[in-house]
Amino acid sequence: VTARSQTISEKILSAKSGGTARAGDVVVCDVDLVLGTDASAPMAIGYFERMGGTRVHDASRVVFALDHYSPPTSAATKGFHEQVHRFAKTHGVRVFDVGEGISHQIAVERGLAHPGMLVVGADSHTVTCGAVNAFATGVGSSDLAAAMLTGQLWFRVPETIRVVLEGARAPGVSAKDVALAMVSTLGSDGAEYHALEFTGSGARGFMLDDRLVLSNLAVEAGAKAAVWESDSVLDSHLARFADRGEPVVADRDARYARDVMLDVASLVPTVALPHLPANTVPLAQAPDTPIHMVFLGTCTGGRVADYHEALAILERGGGKLANGVTLVVTPASSDIERQLAADGTLVKLARMGATITMPGCGACCGTSGVIPGDGMNVISTANRNFKARMGNATASIYLASPAACAAAALTGRITDPRAFA
Amino acid sequence: MTNQRARARRFGDDINTDYIIASTRKKETLDENVLKQYLLEAVDPAFAATVRPGDVLVAGANFGCGSAMEVAATVILAAGIPTVLAKSFARSFYRNAINNGLLAIECDTTDIIEGDSLVLTIDPSGTTIVNERTGRRETRPPLSGIAGDILAAGGLVPYLKREGRFVDRSSAPS
Repeated sequence: VTARSQTISEKILSAKSGGTARAGDVVVCDVDLVLGTDASAPMAIGYFERMGGTRVHDASRVVFALDHYSPPTSAATKGFHEQVHRFAKTHGVRVFDVGEGISHQIAVERGLAHPGMLVVGADSHTVTCGAVNAFATGVGSSDLAAAMLTGQLWFRVPETIRVVLEGARAPGVSAKDVALAMVSTLGSDGAEYHALEFTGSGARGFMLDDRLVLSNLAVEAGAKAAVWESDSVLDSHLARFADRGEPVVADRDARYARDVMLDVASLVPTVALPHLPANTVPLAQAPDTPIHMVFLGTCTGGRVADYHEALAILERGGGKLANGVTLVVTPASSDIERQLAADGTLVKLARMGATITMPGCGACCGTSGVIPGDGMNVISTANRNFKARMGNATASIYLASPAACAAAALTGRITDPRAFA
Repeated sequence: MTNQRARARRFGDDINTDYIIASTRKKETLDENVLKQYLLEAVDPAFAATVRPGDVLVAGANFGCGSAMEVAATVILAAGIPTVLAKSFARSFYRNAINNGLLAIECDTTDIIEGDSLVLTIDPSGTTIVNERTGRRETRPPLSGIAGDILAAGGLVPYLKREGRFVDRSSAPS
């Protein structure tokens, strides 16, 4: 039976459930890739044992990444790492150790995630893997345990919102600006229970790293998954991997909940004000705000292109950090760190006075790295600016592009990066 | 059928899981009985000390957004709060609630204020919420399908111990 009128998400969930999945259906699916972290796997191991689990259904599909407590800074966090290592050794699960990177970044850059896959991760930003034409979604620790135990999970098949990207970005406008505009347009719950599907004539202007940013931020609008089409941009990423999966194309007559048009050409540098990612304003209209800490990193803004974007602004602005500004650099993975070391980016940032920390989640959720001081304002390439997110409830977090973060590092204030163009 | 009279503890929209329990707290222990003293501290540092067993959390839209961390559901339960009412839930929190036997009910919470006395009647036909102050009554249907089976079993652990795998009864031949 050939299923027709299906979105990419419906097609992937059909293939993985062995039936015809339509929006609204509940299906039980075989999961292709299961990701756990040091923040979620310890609790999952507890669930797994209480479920009576004695063996992992298919350990080759399970990966753990020790990314949140990188490095561990307490007996408790070190204990979590040891617990994960023990479980992984017993069951033959692959572990990416401390410093190797963030789970969903590793999944993409090592080719573990590829087109047509159903990826679940006990980390909400697992949606990032949608950039490779996969259905990828975040779950909690009990679902992680169930996926390890049974190889399956149940899903309500989501309706899909089509995000139509038209036009090309103006100079000085980053993928992060587009992503913030998308979240703001959708609203903080505008994509709740929905999948996003990116399309439009402007989509080809987004390189893989840009796509990862949009898929990553999609969960800040509540999206369950955020899937890109397969095209030449994706092909060039996949070229170095043996297993490239099977591209999944939406049917011409697929049914969408609605279309959201993003006129990319009209977008400008944008900042999310405290304490919600959807709370955006054009950077040029942001209130004049002193900045005390600048964070370049995370699964949103910790990739090679992000650091090149930031370094270009820093160099054009003279390369001197404003007095009193702390610049923290945390690459999203060791691969990224190696590339930045090889091309000289890291040493240049270090000479400017940046604090360079071990790859991983870093300061994003206050679990490792630098915690802002009382009353400090932070501008960050991350995805969440909730109050207390970085470990201090009196700090205020602003979210912006790597370029805008670099501009703030130079001036000590929220600054339109086009000032250094 | 169960009948519970509960005190409403009112919160707004977009209560994210880091507000429910901070990642920085979870980093030091996963023991819910320790973590419960920090419940919702980012929103109201005094809140946790005022919780009485049986209180019900009442929120606006998008409750449980942000991180998928499961302690956000288990810490609420550990504090003695069996039910969360919200206009809508983030999907990862909603799943975590079901998987741990925390009753998460989507309903119109607009007129519920802090301290309202709510009567929740839970039976196989659904949950009825009566606000004793306003007299407003709303009935919400029970969860169906696998989600309903997991909740009825008391969570994912008892469900999988019993079933061994996910069973979709709706598509079963009989």
